[in-house]
Amino acid sequence: MDSEQPEGKVALVSGNEAAGEAAIRAGCRFYAGYPITPQNELTAYIADQLPLRGGVFIQAESELAAINMVFGASAAGTRAMTSSSSPGISLKQEGISYMVGCELPAVIINVQRAGPGLGNISPAQGDYYQATRGGGHGDYRCISLAPFSVQEVCDLTYLAFDLADAYRTPVILLADGMIGQMMEPVRFDHLPAPSPTPRPWALTGTPGRKRNVIKSLRLPPEELEAFNLKLQDVYATIEQREVRLEVTGPDDAEVLLAAYGTSARICRQIVERPLRQLPFKVALFRPITLWPFPTAKLAELAEKARGILVVEMSAGQMVDDVRMAVAGRCPIELLARMGGNIPSAAEITEKLITLFA
Amino acid sequence: MSDKRFEVTILTHFCKGCGLCVEFCPEGKLYIEQKPDMRGIQAAAVRADVDCTGCLQCATICPDAAIEIVRVEAPVST
Amino acid sequence: MRSGNAGNGMGKKTTTKRTESEVKRVLYERPRALLDVHTHYCAGCGHGTMHRLLAEVLEELGVLEQAIGVAPVGCAVLAYDYVDIDWTEAAHGRAPAVATGLKRVHPDKVVFTYQGDGDLASIGMAETIHAANRGENITVIFINNAIYGMTQGQMAPTTLIGQKTKTTPRGRDPETTGYPLKVCELLDQLVAPVLLARTTVVTPKHVRQTKALLKKAFQCQMENVGYSLIEVLSPCPTYWHMTPMEAYHFIEQTVTDSFPLGVIRDVKDRA
Ligand code: SF4
Ligand code: SF4
Ligand code: SF4
Repeated sequence: MDSEQPEGKVALVSGNEAAGEAAIRAGCRFYAGYPITPQNELTAYIADQLPLRGGVFIQAESELAAINMVFGASAAGTRAMTSSSSPGISLKQEGISYMVGCELPAVIINVQRAGPGLGNISPAQGDYYQATRGGGHGDYRCISLAPFSVQEVCDLTYLAFDLADAYRTPVILLADGMIGQMMEPVRFDHLPAPSPTPRPWALTGTPGRKRNVIKSLRLPPEELEAFNLKLQDVYATIEQREVRLEVTGPDDAEVLLAAYGTSARICRQIVERPLRQLPFKVALFRPITLWPFPTAKLAELAEKARGILVVEMSAGQMVDDVRMAVAGRCPIELLARMGGNIPSAAEITEKLITLFA
Repeated sequence: MSDKRFEVTILTHFCKGCGLCVEFCPEGKLYIEQKPDMRGIQAAAVRADVDCTGCLQCATICPDAAIEIVRVEAPVST
Repeated sequence: MRSGNAGNGMGKKTTTKRTESEVKRVLYERPRALLDVHTHYCAGCGHGTMHRLLAEVLEELGVLEQAIGVAPVGCAVLAYDYVDIDWTEAAHGRAPAVATGLKRVHPDKVVFTYQGDGDLASIGMAETIHAANRGENITVIFINNAIYGMTQGQMAPTTLIGQKTKTTPRGRDPETTGYPLKVCELLDQLVAPVLLARTTVVTPKHVRQTKALLKKAFQCQMENVGYSLIEVLSPCPTYWHMTPMEAYHFIEQTVTDSFPLGVIRDVKDRA
């Protein structure tokens, strides 16, 4: 992709490349990563572009090293990012937990593939729990953003840096192999110049100020509890302010599809260009922030719905959040595909008819 | 009378009583207290009746930076 | 007693003070950068000496305000509580990766890691080797006491053959646990490192040598020469089950057989 994209022009790029370009435009000046499919185009894009645009690219010796290099760069006061795919994200969990404990911002992109274990390199959504429940050890959450188009990869990557700064937390962009590798026309020129929050806590040497110490070790239980309570306060604010979602389809829909990322793309086809006429009105509820989950909005929609079909490329993880939000207001069904299979529009339509016609 | 002498001070609150300074002082200027202090540590102490040569062996080996050494020069009296 | 702030550095710089008819010159005092706190280290532990030397060297090089330390997980986990500079902690073994991120963002700062043998040579070996192999322009202070102190005395990768620890109750058996790992020699196989040296702190002479090496290591970084690692054979009286003096003798008489002292590589000398 041409980084000197003229104003108002669109570029045809992959999700992976869009993430790279958006990160650089968001002021990311440090990236460390390790090769893993299906996100290699992102690393390659950054390797090519970031050094030309005033940043540092490092191919790390491991995912552990990569996330800890990002830890160091963030501690140094710069916007920093790493990316990987599921098995690599598992390895990064140690570093993410430490960054939470040290209140360090960073952006972590997970272009999910199918697991468990080495699994395969096909798109999947099996890392929902990991992304939304903290993922590593300790009591924490990371803001998790779920793009469903290449344009949204761009916009949410940019947003992720602002959110990470604002709340001093790692932010996860949870894509999948499909979103990462498909190509779509994308605009970048609407992204404003980055405005990173000042970081008076950063390690920059001490001329003219008292020293800074970045640490997560808090030996007295009262001190560690106080820190945890502070985190919980931050999370409460995030839950209040940062919920993002999209509802597509008629206001008076009787049946709701609930899905994010690639499965939401398929579901939206059914709402916008149905394969066949359905005997009921369908809308798509699509969380853009997986955490904080759009609980209130879903509860409101569920009041009027006959039922909800959750479509996931996992055994059913987001469905737990749907159940908690809906709290018995209407029946909830699940269409779960695993192993790297993407549910087809036909199969979802079939299921809808069986359940709700 | 010599016109210069050396003063050794043990910063007792930093001393852990490891005894290394005592072992490495070539003059026998230092010793370990028999009685533990309030922290329960038998700290190093200075013998008044032994001259220090200012060789810095003790301060160099002390792991707790608990020793300070000063050279005192008295002008020759007239 | 504390008169002025230049009066440390083993008598190199001294402060003069007149009291009545006497002239007092401070030959040695606590370095300014050592915070006024009691450390948690055991009596006779080499960490204390190395903190002191670190504080002295950074001050003498005039880089206290440029220094950024990366503390390990291990007995020195609280190093940031003792030396008055910018610090960050790092997860166990990851200090070289964290330092890489810091130094690449701030090439003009003086970035160092302070790591023990478990941290640097066991769980963090990959980070250690690759930071060295990339020639990161950082300084690594490696405290080798052949034991895990913080977790109460388990075998380290550098534990001597036959040495009894909590996890080698009958002594380290190379048949099943391998051999003491020589980090300097291992890194000497790489092209990029510029200074690799093994030293100790068990006699005043060794302390002075160690200080000179540490200074040289930081100078390598300040002159953008590249990666340096100073390995310090450091006494752990507590988990060697020795008195401090026994531990100091043990290093001189025994540990140095497995870990010979000396400069393993100094590219500046070679050039
Ligand atoms: S060497 Fe230092 S800590 Fe040890 S006994 Fe002497 S003064 Fe105290
Ligand atoms: S300076 Fe030398 S003579 Fe004086 S107390 Fe210390 S070791 Fe002994
Ligand atoms: S356990 Fe060993 S290494 Fe740890 S502080 Fe005590 S003497 Fe030092």
